[in-house]
Amino acid sequence: MGANIAVNSDNKETWGGGGVKPFGASYGKMMMWFFIVSDALTFSGFLAAYGLTRFKFIDSWPIADEVFTHFPGLHGVHAPMYYVALMTFILIVSSVTMVLAVDAGHKMQKKKVAWYMFATIIFGIIFVGSQAWEWKNFINGSYGAVKTADNHILQFVKDGHQIALADFVHSDRKDGRVQHQRENGLWFEKEATISQYSVAQIQEAFKADPSLLVRIEKINPDTKKKIILSREESIAKLATATRVVEGANLIENEYGNPIFADFFFFITGFHGFHVFSGIVINIIIFFNVVLGTYERRGSYEMVEKVGLYWHFVDLVWVFVFTFFYLV
Amino acid sequence: MAHAHESNTKRIWIVLAILTVLTTVEVALGIVRPDFLVFNDFLGTHLLNWIFIILTIAKAYYIAWAFMHLEGEKPWLRRAIVWTGVFLICYLVTLILIEGDYLHDTLAPLVKW
Repeated sequence: MGANIAVNSDNKETWGGGGVKPFGASYGKMMMWFFIVSDALTFSGFLAAYGLTRFKFIDSWPIADEVFTHFPGLHGVHAPMYYVALMTFILIVSSVTMVLAVDAGHKMQKKKVAWYMFATIIFGIIFVGSQAWEWKNFINGSYGAVKTADNHILQFVKDGHQIALADFVHSDRKDGRVQHQRENGLWFEKEATISQYSVAQIQEAFKADPSLLVRIEKINPDTKKKIILSREESIAKLATATRVVEGANLIENEYGNPIFADFFFFITGFHGFHVFSGIVINIIIFFNVVLGTYERRGSYEMVEKVGLYWHFVDLVWVFVFTFFYLV
Repeated sequence: MAHAHESNTKRIWIVLAILTVLTTVEVALGIVRPDFLVFNDFLGTHLLNWIFIILTIAKAYYIAWAFMHLEGEKPWLRRAIVWTGVFLICYLVTLILIEGDYLHDTLAPLVKW
């Protein structure tokens, strides 16, 4: 009988699998791998859903190079991808400092572990900050667009390059529309930020400048670029505009299909949340290292386990980077 | 732990160099977008996208093997992790992307531009 009953042996390793180590991996490490595999499948589900949606709208999906064009300090300069490449590099470097911390842990070099953990945390914070900046640019938008009655986005082009509403709309808005605030309206209601320009104002400014053209969401399969309408088509199309769209939210965005922004917010946000959790866990472990917890325990395996999580976050970013910014 | 823990510092820096080079190549190709890669299709997408995907998998390999230290684990632990993930992800992605293509074929003719 005794063989079939789990006897409390008073062995302190019971919670660690009773000293049994399948595949030579400790209980904690094995569980971290379980978590990583399942989390990898979660991310795959999201990215696969993104892929499905993208294939569904393959003839009109926004072109990443035209959406992510900012670099800190370079205003108005078209710098596609440089910033996100830098972010990727920062995250890879943080992975390196993490693995160096693990390496120092194997040699029981407490000071080195602490410094490398510290560097990892700093790089992680820089990455999350960069992502916040990226979100800020995405949410504010850089050009502005109008939405037609059938929910398509129209962008404005001059000499083959997209131009911002502010570049050609100079008159006043005509409809006398002002932002509804507590001060000028119902004291118990506020409204979402209204667009800077009115549709009529844009239509008039567009007619006044013959060099302007409208670009639609549809991609020309021969050039793989968004179709730019002729002047007559542009005016006719612009007449169907119903709303001005500046920047991006979950309902509409100036880049094109609303679900593009939804996926961007959801997937990069979910990844950013992972990075944030990673930083918090790293900070906890960092203090444990500094306090000498692992020195006394005689093993820095805990650093190795959070290291696994941190590398996983980097691994996911490599895929997010490819599928959102490159492909 | 079954594997020996000699210092891997040199290997770490080499892997950093590899990952940096791969990322740089990706970004450079993404900015240049050579015509012969963009306008030649293979299995549902153009060659440039295939290059991106292959380079990404190469990066994933280095991160998992060197940084996450899969190369030092027992072979069957590594296989349990990698084969499970790779099989399920390939399966999911294949079905879902075929379905996405079908949705496009069905719905795109109904969209008026």
